[in-house]
Amino acid sequence: MKSLEELAAIRDKMQNVVNLRSEASDCTRIVVGMATCGIAAGARPVLKAFSDGIQEKGIKDVMVIQEGCIGLCQYEPVVEVITPGKEKVTYVNMTSEKAAEVIEQHIIGGNVVTKYTINSAM
Amino acid sequence: MYRSQVLICGGTGCTSSGSVKIAKRLQEEIDKNGLTDEVMVVRTGCFGLCALGPIMIVYPEGTFYSMVKEEDIAEIVSEHLLKGRIVTRLVYDETVAENEIKSLKETDFYKKQHRIALRNCGVINPECIDEYIGRNGYEALGKVLKTMTPDDVIQVILDSGLRGRGGGGFPTGKKWQLARNLVKDADQKYVCCNADEGDPGAFMDRSVLEGDPHVVIEAMAIAGYAIGATQGYIYIRAEYPIAVQRLQIAIDQAREYGLLGKNIFDSGFDFDLDIRLGAGAFVCGEETALMTSIEGNRGEPRPRPPFPAESGLFKKPTVLNNVETYANIPQIILNGADWFASMGTEKSKGTKVFALGGKIHNTGLVEVPMGTTLREVIYEIGGGIPNGKAFKAAQTGGPSGGCIPAEHLDIPIDYDNLIAIGSMMGSGGLIVMDEDNCMVDIAKFFLQFTVDESCGKCTPCRIGTKRLYEMLEKITSGNATMEDLDKMEKLCYYIKNNSLCGLGQTAPNPVLSTLRYFKNEYIAHVQDKKCPAGVCQDLLTYKIIDLKCKGCTACARGCPVGAISGTVKQPHTIDTTKCIKCGACMAKCKFGAIIKE
Repeated sequence: MKSLEELAAIRDKMQNVVNLRSEASDCTRIVVGMATCGIAAGARPVLKAFSDGIQEKGIKDVMVIQEGCIGLCQYEPVVEVITPGKEKVTYVNMTSEKAAEVIEQHIIGGNVVTKYTINSAM
Repeated sequence: MYRSQVLICGGTGCTSSGSVKIAKRLQEEIDKNGLTDEVMVVRTGCFGLCALGPIMIVYPEGTFYSMVKEEDIAEIVSEHLLKGRIVTRLVYDETVAENEIKSLKETDFYKKQHRIALRNCGVINPECIDEYIGRNGYEALGKVLKTMTPDDVIQVILDSGLRGRGGGGFPTGKKWQLARNLVKDADQKYVCCNADEGDPGAFMDRSVLEGDPHVVIEAMAIAGYAIGATQGYIYIRAEYPIAVQRLQIAIDQAREYGLLGKNIFDSGFDFDLDIRLGAGAFVCGEETALMTSIEGNRGEPRPRPPFPAESGLFKKPTVLNNVETYANIPQIILNGADWFASMGTEKSKGTKVFALGGKIHNTGLVEVPMGTTLREVIYEIGGGIPNGKAFKAAQTGGPSGGCIPAEHLDIPIDYDNLIAIGSMMGSGGLIVMDEDNCMVDIAKFFLQFTVDESCGKCTPCRIGTKRLYEMLEKITSGNATMEDLDKMEKLCYYIKNNSLCGLGQTAPNPVLSTLRYFKNEYIAHVQDKKCPAGVCQDLLTYKIIDLKCKGCTACARGCPVGAISGTVKQPHTIDTTKCIKCGACMAKCKFGAIIKE
C-alpha cells in the first residue's frame, strides 16, 4: 500500500461491516417476521435481501432486525418499516425481488410501495 | 454480506471464563442451522464488564448477553439468530427494562463512559487489520506523513495537553520535542512503548493491546516520524500471552500492507517495530530499567540525568510512552488538539482508563473523562460495593500510590488532585476496599510486593523496604509500640528521598497514605492489640457465644484441627491454643454464635 486512496478504499469497504456494530437510537427499523410461519413462507431470503441491500448501498441509520410472529400468518413474509415520526408501513407476501424494490423506492426514495402493503392485500 | 454479527469478547477475562469454547460452539451451531453466510462471529477485545463474562453482543439489535455458558449457545442460535426471539433470561439484566431491551449505552456502566483509548476495544476483531482501517485506522499516519511536518505533529500533541498515562503525567508533546531537538546530530533514535504493566490489579494496557493492537503501532510510527526515529520497540511482559500474540499478528499485517517498513505511503519515511518480552519484573516498568532490559542486560535502573530524550536506548535519544498514551495519539491527530483539550480538567486533558477491582460490583475496565469524581466511578459506573458493606478506601496507583478515604470521594480525578491527597494516578488500577479490609494489612500487602520486586541495586530500597515490611509485621502481630509508628514514618521519608528510581521513591506511599487517613487503625493495633476489621490473625480470637449456641456440632465437625469441643445440644467451646483461626467454624455456624474479636 503506497497511497491514501488505497487506504480509503479498504476503509470504505470495511465501514459497512463495522458500522453494523453500533446502536443508532433514532434510525429506521426494517423488521422482518421470522417466526416459524415467516420462515416457512420464505422470510429468510427476504431478510437476507434487505440486510445485503442496505449494506451494499451503504445506507446509514437503517437497521434490519428480526421479529417473532406478528399474527398475520397467511400474509407472511411480513416486513414492517418503522421510521421515527412516521406511520408504520407493513408490507406483506414479500420476496427478495420485492425487497429490492422497497429499498430502492421506500428506503432511499421515501415513497411507500403501496402495491405491496397490507392495505392493498386485504 | 452478513445480516447479523455476533461479537464475543476475546479479552483475558472472558477467555479465562471459556469464551474460546463458546465461540467455537457458536460457529458450529450457526453452521448447523445453515446460517453460515448470514451470521458472522467476531472475536473482539475487552468490552469492559469483565465481572459478567463471557460476554456476547448480537448486532444489529445490540443485544447484550452476559455470563454465557456453552450449553446456552444452541438456544441463542435457534431462538435469536434463527427466529429473532431474544433469549431474555440470558440478557444483561441492566439492559432489560419493562417489556423492552434498553440500549447498552443507557446502562449505568456505559452511560458516563467516554471511550477514546478504548474506542475499538470490544468493537473490532483485533486480528484483522481491515477492521481497524474500517474504523479510520492508519488515517492519522497517512495525514501526518502526507500533510504535516514533524514540528506540526509535536505542536498538535503539545496543544492537546496529553500527559503520560503511565502514571507520572509528563506532557507527551514536551517529551517528543526534547527527543527531537535535544541531540541535533544523532545517527539513530528510538521509539519505545512501555507495556510492562505491573501494578497488582491493573489491566488497562493489556486490554488495549488485546483489543486494538494496531492503534499502538500506528501511534508509534507517528512518534517515530515526529522525533526522527526509524525503529521502535514494544516492551511487553511475557505474562500477557494473548496481547503478545495479537501484537505480533498486527505487526505482521502492518508490514504486509506496507504500513511498517520502508517508504511508508511513498513519503520516504521508514519505520519498523519489534517486540521485546520482559520476564515480569516490576522494576522494568521504570524507564531506565526497561531500556536496560531491551539492551539485553539485567533490568536495573540507572540515575537520571541523562534523560532518555538525550541518551536512552543504546545511548541514543529515545521516546518512551505508555500503551494508553499511544492509544490516544491517532484520535488527536484526526480530530485536532482542541477536540482533545475540550475534555477533562484544566491541567489534565482527555480521558483516563481505569481497571476497577476489589470490593465492587462491576469489576472491569472503564474510561471516563478526567475530572469525573471517584464517587461517580465507584457508585454509578462500578455499581457500588457488594453485600451492602460500607466503603472504606480506594487505592489508586498500585504499590506506588495511596489510599483515598471516603471524605475525598467527591474530588475530581486528575493528576494533580490525586497527588494533593497523597495518592497518584498511576497507570490506572483502582482497587476498592470496604469495611472488612484492614488498612495496615493493605499497606503490608503492597510492601510485600515492593520487597519482592526491589531490584536490589540501591540500599534504601533493598534494605529500607524490607525493614519497613518488618515494622508492619510487628504492628499486625501486636508487638509494636507507639514509638515504632514514629520510627516507621521516618524510615518512609528516608526511603523516598534516597532511592535511585521511582520504585523505591514511591514504595512507602501505601504506608504513608494509610498512616495519614487511617492512623486510628494503626493505633488500635499498637495500643489495644486489636484489628478493627478483623483481618490480622495474630490479633484475633474466635469465640462461641453460649446463649446463641444450639450445640448442633456443625462447627466441631468443620474444624480442621479439632479445636472445638462440646456435647450435642450443649454450648461448645473453642480451645484457643489449638485454634488456627481459619474461620471454618464461623462459616459453618447457622446461628451466628461464633464471633471473632
